Amino acid sequence: MAIFVNSETRVIVQGMTGRSGTFYTDEAMRYGTTCVGGVRPGKGGGSHLGLPLFDSVQEAVDATQANASLVIVPAQQAGAAMLEAIDAGIGVIVCVTERVPQHDMSRVKQALLGTDCVLIGPNSQGILTPGQCKIGVMPTGNAKPGHIGIASRSASLTSEILAQCSKAGLGQSTTVGIGGDTLHGVGFVDCLKRFRDDPETEVVVLIGEIGGRGEEEAAAYLETVDYGKPVVALVVGRHAPRGRRMGHGGTLSALGGGSAADKIARLRATGVEIAADADDVASAIARASAHSNKTGAK
Amino acid sequence: MFLAEYQSKELLAQYGVVVPDGRQARSPEDAQRLCKDIDARKYVVKAQIGAGGRGLAGGIRFAATPSNVADEARRLLGDVLVTEQTGSAGETVELVHIEAAIDIVQSCFVAIALDPSSGAPILLASGAGGVEFEQRARMDEDTVQGCALPPDSAEARDALATFLTGIGMTDAQDAAIDAIYAARLAFMSNDMTLVEINPFARSADGRWIAVDAKVAIDPNAGFRRPEFASMVADRPAPADELAAQRHNINLVRLDGNIGVVANGAGLGLATNDMIMDAGGKPANFMDIRTTASSMDVARGIEILLGDDRVRAILLTIHGGGMTSADTVAEGVNFAYAKAKRKLPVIAYISGKHADWGHRILRERKVPVESFDTITAAVGRVAELASQGRAR
Repeated sequence: MAIFVNSETRVIVQGMTGRSGTFYTDEAMRYGTTCVGGVRPGKGGGSHLGLPLFDSVQEAVDATQANASLVIVPAQQAGAAMLEAIDAGIGVIVCVTERVPQHDMSRVKQALLGTDCVLIGPNSQGILTPGQCKIGVMPTGNAKPGHIGIASRSASLTSEILAQCSKAGLGQSTTVGIGGDTLHGVGFVDCLKRFRDDPETEVVVLIGEIGGRGEEEAAAYLETVDYGKPVVALVVGRHAPRGRRMGHGGTLSALGGGSAADKIARLRATGVEIAADADDVASAIARASAHSNKTGAK
Repeated sequence: MFLAEYQSKELLAQYGVVVPDGRQARSPEDAQRLCKDIDARKYVVKAQIGAGGRGLAGGIRFAATPSNVADEARRLLGDVLVTEQTGSAGETVELVHIEAAIDIVQSCFVAIALDPSSGAPILLASGAGGVEFEQRARMDEDTVQGCALPPDSAEARDALATFLTGIGMTDAQDAAIDAIYAARLAFMSNDMTLVEINPFARSADGRWIAVDAKVAIDPNAGFRRPEFASMVADRPAPADELAAQRHNINLVRLDGNIGVVANGAGLGLATNDMIMDAGGKPANFMDIRTTASSMDVARGIEILLGDDRVRAILLTIHGGGMTSADTVAEGVNFAYAKAKRKLPVIAYISGKHADWGHRILRERKVPVESFDTITAAVGRVAELASQGRAR
């Protein structure tokens, strides 16, 4: 099992012939991801990295039965690329492109309404089910298959925490980068729901930060269900000044967004184990597991 | 990117939002002279700075006569305003906006943004706006009510009318709806990420006026909005933040003495949290991004080496993506090879090619101490920075 992607996932790459597209498609194939083709308007009929190229996503889907797409195109084209993938009925779209204009994401979000399509990103490191499927730009050297499900808003912090978890013997079911932008696809709540239904996942880790409402929404969701699995959260930016953008667009939202202290308080109130800092996540997982064994949560 | 108040108002006015008659001045003499062009019985002189929280910091002054306008402009121009968004260094006032004072009967708050859940434009509004509104809204979320803002139609206007009635905006309601739809058109037509009008004021003569306005444009849409570059050209920003931007580095200047380099925004935030927890103070937030080249990294390090406040540099690096740990180490090495001032480097390096990164720093004689955990590295750099202070 795992969530969103696994060994059955068939991936096309939109923007495969670019510098980044080539680099990360090659890395994904070496990792064992089933890549089945690339999309590059004007290059249909050709091939790249030993994979067939298509002029459109629809042609690629028809020819390869692809059910996932990695969007790795310049920001100017990312909105149109995501819309094309949605139209073609792709099941999981992963957009790693940074700096996608908000009004383009506005159109993408509205196109997603009423479809079963799952969008991961943009400005995301992607999604990794260790040993089965990597769609994105994250390093894989420290990932290990296991039972920790991770959803996060930032890339390198997640790689660091994932490495610390693996070192502590805590492998991962799936790691999802929901992305650092204000407008993005799947959020913490979507990931929590999927991880809850995934028998492989035993503990869920949320890696959040200042700004936006994602952590508050996660807390609100956890209040309404008997989640049944321990949840750990790290929220960074506790000491960041208000009203300034700190790298990610999502850290600065229209009306200031939630403070880290507020997010932490709300998550803690629903029984989430809070990691004190980036070095405390593996310990927090151990604390949460021990506590849940004691109280008999299943 | 926030536009100055006067730019925000000019843009909104083009789409039919009513704004007070106003002019901009860089000297008290100009301020006084321009008053004759403004149809007003009383004036307001407003500091044009990039950060919010201006009203509470004394950046808005009322004046009865043109000579009072000159006096107030003299007080503001060249003055440094410290608001909760500027940092302790504050921001120097180089431009004032002079406009007609409005006889306000009702002060409201309206804002338009994209709803993070649906992606569609949303109106956020409150029947009670004003200078201290932001503080109040922060204390109590229910201060602001949200309402979907679909394209203009008779049904949409009816729904908006019901919403406005619900929050107490009942008088001259058609004018309010016109203004909100004008603002929506401006928002949609200019890749705006925020329009905030506060106070959105009803005057004694039944008009709704944008007495203050704050527009944010999306820097990521600059490729299709060439006019953005000139709009933000005179926006004050620290020189080192601008230099960093040219090298694709996200840099935010903070008040401490520890120079921080992290590859990734989340890792940078996490590192700064841990520095503060350990009793240290970061001089900056720096995210060198996971696509940085070693030359980009070198430029980031040079900015820190050139900052007199910085006593020591902390590297928190997790190699990955196209920027592995050795690329970052090479960048540090480039900067140190040229630098006259060689601050101690405390390093936590992990991820892709971490060993290689460590070796480069050691062999090229960068004054580096490496640690196995972020906690240990942060503890050491906080200790070093405090020793520096004592000396």
